[in-house]
Amino acid sequence: MNDAFGHPNSVLVLGGTSDIARALVRALIAEGSKKVVLAGRDPSGLADAAAEAKEAGAEFVATVAFDAKDVDQAPAVVDSGFSAIGRVDLVVIAVGLLCDGEADERDPARVARCVTVNFTWPAAALTRVAHHLREQGSGHAVVLSSVAGVRVRRSNYVYGSAKAGLDAYARTLNQTLAGSGATVVVVRPGFVRSKMTAGRPVPPLATTPEAVARDIVKGLEDGTEVVWSPRKLRGVFFLLGLLPERVWRRLPM
Amino acid sequence: MPKAARAARANGAPGETVETVETEERAFSGWGRTSPSRAAVIAPDEEADVFGTVLRAAEVRNGAQRRGVIARGLGRSYGDAAQCAGGVVVDTKNLSRIGPIDPDTGVVEVGAGVSLDALLRVGLQSGWFIPVSPGTRQVTIGGAIAADIHGKNHHTEGSFCRHVSSVTLATPVGIHEVGPDNDPELFWATAGGMGLTGIVMRAVVSMRKVETSWMRVDTERHDDLDSLMTGLERVDRLNRYSVAWVDCGAVGSRLGRGVLDAGNHASGSELPAKHKDDPLAPPRRRGLKIPSLVPPGVVNPLTVAAFNEAWFHKSSSRTGQLRHLGGFFHPLDAVSNWNLVFGRRGFVQYQFVVGDAHRDVIPQAIEILQKAGAPCTLAVLKRFGPGDPGPLSFPIPGWTLALDLPVGPPGLRSALLRLDGIVAGAGGRVYLAKDARLEPSTFAAMYPRLDEFNLVRQRVDPEGMLQSDLARRLGICEDSRP
Repeated sequence: MNDAFGHPNSVLVLGGTSDIARALVRALIAEGSKKVVLAGRDPSGLADAAAEAKEAGAEFVATVAFDAKDVDQAPAVVDSGFSAIGRVDLVVIAVGLLCDGEADERDPARVARCVTVNFTWPAAALTRVAHHLREQGSGHAVVLSSVAGVRVRRSNYVYGSAKAGLDAYARTLNQTLAGSGATVVVVRPGFVRSKMTAGRPVPPLATTPEAVARDIVKGLEDGTEVVWSPRKLRGVFFLLGLLPERVWRRLPM
Repeated sequence: MPKAARAARANGAPGETVETVETEERAFSGWGRTSPSRAAVIAPDEEADVFGTVLRAAEVRNGAQRRGVIARGLGRSYGDAAQCAGGVVVDTKNLSRIGPIDPDTGVVEVGAGVSLDALLRVGLQSGWFIPVSPGTRQVTIGGAIAADIHGKNHHTEGSFCRHVSSVTLATPVGIHEVGPDNDPELFWATAGGMGLTGIVMRAVVSMRKVETSWMRVDTERHDDLDSLMTGLERVDRLNRYSVAWVDCGAVGSRLGRGVLDAGNHASGSELPAKHKDDPLAPPRRRGLKIPSLVPPGVVNPLTVAAFNEAWFHKSSSRTGQLRHLGGFFHPLDAVSNWNLVFGRRGFVQYQFVVGDAHRDVIPQAIEILQKAGAPCTLAVLKRFGPGDPGPLSFPIPGWTLALDLPVGPPGLRSALLRLDGIVAGAGGRVYLAKDARLEPSTFAAMYPRLDEFNLVRQRVDPEGMLQSDLARRLGICEDSRP
């Protein structure tokens, strides 16, 4: 069960090999989480993350392999995560891939794949997660969105559009869960220095996986529906949202 | 929210009338309003086969098993003791019968859903008062037994279950009539067992004879904790009731300053003329309510400090003041929904007890919370006498401190975890009826007789039907439904 501070005993992470997911799992275990199921694509990455969770002090760690390109399998992946620990207090959906580039925008197959990994699979999984949380009568889902989806910009608009869809889906699903004992928290990190963004130019207000993890833990305690990380980005994106389209499109971003 | 009414069908042979149990679903939380969870709710009446109904409601939910059963009274547990996510909550409101009070002994049989408020009003008509009175009257008999509640007379008369001679308990294996002389293991496991041994249907309680509904109260103001604690020790020897309020905001040499109340029931001859014609007047019905939309941030370090300062200075030392028992025992009932003042995040109450040898844990606790920047809106200090034999019953002899703490300060959770360690290390424990955040390992250290409790529980609940969010969070009954 979650305690009075929104702190979970058991955690299921979909996309458990990402840097943010790993930092979050470490932070949760340090604060007392005991059972962790990590689901991910890369077997060696999963093994690493599982070893790390054990070392951090988790009493029970299991792994589930999946591929986010295989949408039909999403419910089964979620089911096996839930059945591994009986009751899941917190589900983290950290599945995603940066996928823009010159080639992507002109290749329908690549665009479709990018949308699948960043929107379709996570949305399908979240739907199944919501089913389980309703049945449990309690639990939180944390969905990793991105500021890239808040106001989509040219430099990564395929990824940004997919995140915008996931963000909207998760927030609205949360409304339908009112009174169910379950909630969905949307996390909007800015630029995070991680293996996903390695080699890219670092913009202002860049953050780290550890800082995002801390913001998520604090958001769970406060019952925040949308967690901005860092918090300043909320104001920044409020202002950016006010820009007229003709100004927005001239910005070099 | 749309009402999700579902019919759970019992398996009947073809042609038989199929029995249905209508269940509504609702989100429940404790008095602290943290960690809500959803469950089906049923409110069986006295004539019904309580557990049969519960079992039928528990078994079927869209073809799947429901996740456990727990009883709930007026929801005054601060944490998650009376909720059962994905399971069934048994609302005891229809178990509301109050039997005749034996005019010689004050013994009465009462339904589990009867509130102390209702029992006290009926009792006062013929001069009987409830044997143990917590800070609110809005507690049911079932809850009083499940938490083995205590009051200002613990040092003289122990906790609630010491005044209970029989409990009718509905368990998954049938109805059990238990008492201190009749299956004492099950009786004492139920006393403080947080509802995990079954559903209390009714109990036989011994009331106390009083001449009036007034208290003769001595009040002392103490400028530091040491003086306050010494004062409590002194007045405990002479008074049936005692309690101290502590200003947790005071620092330095004034740390733990507070106001001590000691009282006894006033006799008829002590009443002034104006109360003489109605010496057993019941408490006034509550009038005050907090508006449902409280602006956020009403409770903050500044308002808390101002409130404590004012409270301390408004009190002055005096002896023999006459106060109505409503105001003396149940200050929390002055405003019926005061828990709303803490806003969306809610609050936790941290109540612990440590033995006399570890009285230094009391100032340590106050200091740890001060350092964490966590304001404490209400702090109550009291001495316990000998505890009950119940393996999960909270009171042990020594000092107990209860602290109301709004959720929000970033350091609060870790400060309380640290405090858990200190309390457990001192052989003390945290009160489960207040808890919303303890960890399983510290809980097990604080309640070393947990295995003994589970042996009894498994006898009446072999399939692990009884479950609550509290029990899940602390791993109280590991074999029960997840």
